[in-house]
Amino acid sequence: MAQIVFDQVTKRYGDVRAVDDLSLAVGDGELLVLLGPSGCGKTTALRMVAGLEVVDEGTVAIGDRVVNDVEPRDRDVAMVFQSYALYPHLTVAKNLEFPLRQRGVPKEERERRAVDVARTLGLEPFLGRKPGQLSGGQRQRVALGRAIVRSPKAFLMDEPLSNLDAALRVQTRADIVALQQRLGTTTIYVTHDQVEAMTMGHRIAVMDHGRLQQVAAPQELYDRPGNSFVAAFLGSPGMNLIGGRVAVEAEGGTAIRTAAGDVLLQGAQASVASHHEQPVVLGVRPEHLRISPGGALEGTVLLVELLGAETQVICELADHSRVVVRQQADQARPRLGEPVRIAVEPAAVHLFTEDGSRLEEKTAA
Amino acid sequence: MASVVSRRSQRLREAVLGYLLILPALAVFGVFVFYPFARNFKLALYQTPPFPGLPSHYVGLHQVGQVLTSSNFLQSLLTTIFFVVLVVPAGLLLGLFLAVAAHRHLRGIAVYRIIFSSTVVSSVAVAALVFGTLMNPVVGFLPWLGINPHPPILENTTWALPAIAVMAVWQFLGLSFIIMSAGLSSLPEEVLEAARVDGASSWTTFWRVTVPLLSPTLFFGVVVATIYAFQTFGQIDILIGSQNAAYEHVNVLIYNVYTTLQINGDPGRAAVLSIALFLLTLTLTLVQMRFLERRVSYAS
Amino acid sequence: MPAEPVSDAPGAAAVLPAEGAVPRPQGAAPGEAHRPTPRAGRSRRRLRLVARYLLLTLGALVVLLPVYLTVVNSLLPEPALAHQPPYLYPSHAQWQNYSTAWVGGHLSIYLRNSVIQTAIIVVGQLVTSILAAYAFAFLRFPFRRTLFLLFLSTLMIPFEVTLITNLDTITSLGWYNTFAGLTVPFLATGFGTFLLRQAFLQIPRDLQEAAALDGYGHWRFMTRVAVPLARPSVAALAVFSFLGAWNQYLWPLVVTGNNNAVRTVQIGLKLLVGTNVSSVNVTLAGTVIAVTPLLILLIVFQKQLVRSLTAGAVK
Repeated sequence: MAQIVFDQVTKRYGDVRAVDDLSLAVGDGELLVLLGPSGCGKTTALRMVAGLEVVDEGTVAIGDRVVNDVEPRDRDVAMVFQSYALYPHLTVAKNLEFPLRQRGVPKEERERRAVDVARTLGLEPFLGRKPGQLSGGQRQRVALGRAIVRSPKAFLMDEPLSNLDAALRVQTRADIVALQQRLGTTTIYVTHDQVEAMTMGHRIAVMDHGRLQQVAAPQELYDRPGNSFVAAFLGSPGMNLIGGRVAVEAEGGTAIRTAAGDVLLQGAQASVASHHEQPVVLGVRPEHLRISPGGALEGTVLLVELLGAETQVICELADHSRVVVRQQADQARPRLGEPVRIAVEPAAVHLFTEDGSRLEEKTAA
Repeated sequence: MASVVSRRSQRLREAVLGYLLILPALAVFGVFVFYPFARNFKLALYQTPPFPGLPSHYVGLHQVGQVLTSSNFLQSLLTTIFFVVLVVPAGLLLGLFLAVAAHRHLRGIAVYRIIFSSTVVSSVAVAALVFGTLMNPVVGFLPWLGINPHPPILENTTWALPAIAVMAVWQFLGLSFIIMSAGLSSLPEEVLEAARVDGASSWTTFWRVTVPLLSPTLFFGVVVATIYAFQTFGQIDILIGSQNAAYEHVNVLIYNVYTTLQINGDPGRAAVLSIALFLLTLTLTLVQMRFLERRVSYAS
Repeated sequence: MPAEPVSDAPGAAAVLPAEGAVPRPQGAAPGEAHRPTPRAGRSRRRLRLVARYLLLTLGALVVLLPVYLTVVNSLLPEPALAHQPPYLYPSHAQWQNYSTAWVGGHLSIYLRNSVIQTAIIVVGQLVTSILAAYAFAFLRFPFRRTLFLLFLSTLMIPFEVTLITNLDTITSLGWYNTFAGLTVPFLATGFGTFLLRQAFLQIPRDLQEAAALDGYGHWRFMTRVAVPLARPSVAALAVFSFLGAWNQYLWPLVVTGNNNAVRTVQIGLKLLVGTNVSSVNVTLAGTVIAVTPLLILLIVFQKQLVRSLTAGAVK
């Protein structure tokens, strides 16, 4: 059990900063998800904890110990690889025993613990088989088993579910969460799949281009994205982002003036009045938009996607930007090419500056 | 109706074209591989008379038995096996060692790789002359290493074969390095990383993970090296020859075929020896194929 | 589909660390006290790197030492070869060893012969392999599988086994001591056919159909599409054939007669030993001359060479 702390960690490949000045603390027993698009540096960050990549700048600490110069084998962490990385020449039992054997655990105890772990994961019937004779899901469980068998200080998981089919992925997701909760072992879980991140993580750290964008609990991340990247990355589809300017109206209200119409702000949001005439980005999630004759924005229906329980209406605005409107399946569907007006739920509006950072509202309360 | 006919004629045309395209290669194989291979079995049944000019006569399996039980053949077989034992492990282990050392992304590693694979271009004649000179008693190299060059190594019944083996290992090193490097770079990187995280030292990782995973490559190397050793001929011919005091001790099978045919003019006996050589090679190849089938289960 | 709400994650809230429990990323990270460690680790890594280079260099020295001494000795006057300890560099290079080998050892003729012999074999093997591989990969005809296996079976018959009869055949064809005798038995290769067939099979079937729709016949498809696409393998085969042909020894030895008409450089090297022009240094100069074209080949075509030599080693 231990916390893991990145302190101003940088990793370069030539001129590219794969991880750029990352500072992040993973609490003892926490399951932290590192989320981001491919190439964002999340796997590199994980591999630095494992000791498979050299830290160029800053420090990585496991527990109270800075591990920059500690060999992977002395770090007492276990890693689950995307390809599972099982030893193909060893049986499941020997695969599970391998880490114990390296630590000089006596034979009987090794075997006992391997069987225990196999039982927990439903692998008992396969102990004598080699990885080549197992299904993808079984291999995945062996990889998990090999990680938990020696009770390490931390689990490092690198997209462990990405090679499974959809149904198995959902089930294994829940299994891993339950397992982690029962063992209470600090876990860093790398994924590019936001659904995995939202359902599994106690907190999510979103990365892009090597930089940490935001760390927060899943719901907070969704409700209050710290910048427009996080806003657009989370949710499927992500948040609609519409460019505009702050305008203080004659009657005292504040609005965002966009090419498609003015969106009146309410409550705390209205406090951006001091930014009069400055360019901002208006963010609003698809479920907070509605096709309505009195709506503030003007657009044309480009595409209507039926998803069963709900419908996504994709509209083009006057400046050719697109917004997605989500509505219930039983609501009236507009026709293609039809001009529509789109209403914005005022309380659900997010404002970002042009460079993407969140425009902090001055909360009156 | 017309389309059926045209389809059939089209298929016929394709078949004719196919046969035409393989014909050149097939003709060469027929005349220079299959025919002489088959003729060996006939030649083996005919005894060459001791004096030139007389017709050879049919003796059936008599000659085969005679050759295979002759001390000349047994000595030759033992020499061949001894030579294989000298060359194969040393050649492969050195190649593996260099391949492991060079298996890293380091600055300038390409130069080392070229150097390590360079001996692959040396011909037997080149290898023979390079090492023949170094082992020559009038050249100052052996004394420099603290080795007494008298009597000359290549005329010494004990040391002639090991000396040939040294140059064979050196010449084989390039190919060995290339094979091992290719094998190493085909290993799944993540499995080796998993071993490091699981607590294995580089030493343990190498013996418990790398070597088992590399075993198909190692086995391929064993077969290639053994066949290479079987075919070592030029060094012996150039450096020792049939007039040498050490001849009896370096008379490997392939050299025996040559001397029996060219020096003694005895195609019958040479044919029997050829067949023995072929059977040795074939056995090895079949063993390798068995192994390849088994390794399929490795693939994960 | 909306992102699944977080409350589905069982017990997430319960395990969620309290705000204070998580150290702030920036401020007083526990690593602060251990600041000097990176430098110590870096120097240890550097030490290991130096050790690795030393090891590599040692290996390179062992591999190159015989070659290097050969080059040095080829430039020394003959008496100097016996010097104790041996000269490790040619203090007074005697370049005429090379001209002696070149002229007196007839190396110019042997090299020319080797070039002709090798060129015939390389071109011949490429042509027969491309044709046969194309047939095996793209055409359908009865016994295709059997014939392909027959081609593969030639790999299992060492050339030496066929030596006796081939010598008879060449002699009765009147090809003894001619380029035809030297090269014709090697104008086909089972290995090359196999290598190119594999490469041709990688070409998507769609492409062949598209070419057929464009009105390409087999000949044009082979020369304009299949061979260009299989170029890496064709190059690998060319390098492999070159190496094999240039370094042949046994066959040229038995099939060439006692004059220089078609003798190759490998036989020429053997003849340098123990002829009147021969002294060790001249022989070595000849050796260097014979191996130089191949060293250049290695450096230029390393990738192709490795590809062909490892064709069977890994999947």
